[in-house]
Amino acid sequence: MRAVITVIGKDRVGIIAGVSNILADSNVNILDITQTILQDVFTMIMLVDISKCNIHFHELSEKLENKGIELGLKIQIQHEDIFNSMHRI
Amino acid sequence: MLGPFEVFETIKMIQKENLDIRTITMGISLRDCSHPDIDISCRKVYDKITRYAEKLVITGENIEREYGIPIINKRISVTPIALIAESCESADYTKFAKAMDRAAQTVGVNFIGGYSSLVHKGYTTGDKRLITSIPEALSETKLVCSSVNVASTKAGINMDAVAEMGRVVKNAAQLTADSGALACAKLVVFANAVEDNPFMAGAFHGIGEPECVINVGVSGPGVVKCALEKVKGEDFGVVAETIKKTAFKITRMGQLVAQEASRRLNVPFGIVDLSLAPTPAIGDSVAHILEEMGLEKCGTHGTTAALALLNDAVKKGGVMASSYVGGLSGAFIPVSEDAGMIDAVISGALSLEKLEAMTCVCSVGLDMIVVPGDTSAETIAAIIADEAAIGVVNQKTTAVRIIPAPGRKIGDRVEFGGLLGSGPVMKVNSFSSSEFINRGGRIPAPLHSLKN
Repeated sequence: MRAVITVIGKDRVGIIAGVSNILADSNVNILDITQTILQDVFTMIMLVDISKCNIHFHELSEKLENKGIELGLKIQIQHEDIFNSMHRI
Repeated sequence: MLGPFEVFETIKMIQKENLDIRTITMGISLRDCSHPDIDISCRKVYDKITRYAEKLVITGENIEREYGIPIINKRISVTPIALIAESCESADYTKFAKAMDRAAQTVGVNFIGGYSSLVHKGYTTGDKRLITSIPEALSETKLVCSSVNVASTKAGINMDAVAEMGRVVKNAAQLTADSGALACAKLVVFANAVEDNPFMAGAFHGIGEPECVINVGVSGPGVVKCALEKVKGEDFGVVAETIKKTAFKITRMGQLVAQEASRRLNVPFGIVDLSLAPTPAIGDSVAHILEEMGLEKCGTHGTTAALALLNDAVKKGGVMASSYVGGLSGAFIPVSEDAGMIDAVISGALSLEKLEAMTCVCSVGLDMIVVPGDTSAETIAAIIADEAAIGVVNQKTTAVRIIPAPGRKIGDRVEFGGLLGSGPVMKVNSFSSSEFINRGGRIPAPLHSLKN
């Protein structure tokens, strides 16, 4: 099962490290990363494989959210299907 | 991989434009709960609802968390209670309302619909008892919603029922005078009621429905408005196209959630209802969509045309996005639940007469309309008759959810709280309709009902 992690906020040192540490600890594999500046805002999208994740989805979601708060960013994880269903036929 | 634009478009719709799934509604058949002893029957009703819907709320919450899309309401609709209660020897049907209320509280849903009766052609004994008990049932329960179908294109309009519903609405208002006649906000009078509507207060589980089913209602007026902001000044072809594309995306969310809920609960997926349902929150208003099309205030000349375009484009976009579309599927125009409609009434732009015209071209009808407390039962019945006529002749669903708030006058505002919002008291025509309503009988079905 795949999920999309989105990071929105001000660019700073350690964003990818912060997120990928949590993912490594939880046995989540990163499949793809894109990052860009959209309207002056740093945005990063990660496609991850959560099928072997060793914690519950909501725990992972909470850890990422807390990391976001720590770094002054908004970090969110959502099942990939929500984007696919809206944008792919 | 998905592009950043696509990912952030979805996130923006949810976070900034109030895109949400308005309701996951579980329809439950209670046809096996009849019993001559009313207490046994009520126990069966309670047991069945709590058994089937045990995991409804938690499943909804899990989907919400995993997909990152808010699911505002989890609700239940049941077989019209008049059909179940009819076998009971006792006539005190409020016991069923209380059993439904307890069951709803046990499973944690925020409304349960189906304290209902279908009398478009005539009454059975059970229908009579149920309708008489509605005011008491709604004033003594918190979560129960009631609906009565008084007309259909095939049967015509049951004017005896229309007259009685005028009195029932008044009684319900009196019994809940302290809370601004809140009971009336939980009571809908229908023409051509649909059997798979997931939205309250009018949801019930129709007799052609399966044992248990999941229906989903989407929302997203804010998303449509934001999309239209980007095509300012463009012609109506562009407007319609923009609404269609947006409705498609919104409905895809509904389809996904419906399928997922159905899979997790192991209950068949019924329909996605394409209605654009507003909330009192800023940025979630159907009136503001109409204003975005170029009307200074919702309710001015041109409003009906704008709404017709909106309603049609929503359906055209949505129907491609879902495998099964049903329910009411159109734009809702409840006054108290829509910040733009409230403003329009207060500023004098929107009248009851204009709302009636608008109901000819959108789903449902006169919804969440507060009128002065001294409005007579006959006038309320006549308002219901007018709406029913629009539904019957145009072969569409229409409904009336009207609130004659005791002691309130034009210019007052009645607070209901939550999704029900707050309603400004609207002016009604002061000339009498009593003689018309007191005739009774049935208005025959229109010629075009004879299609066979």
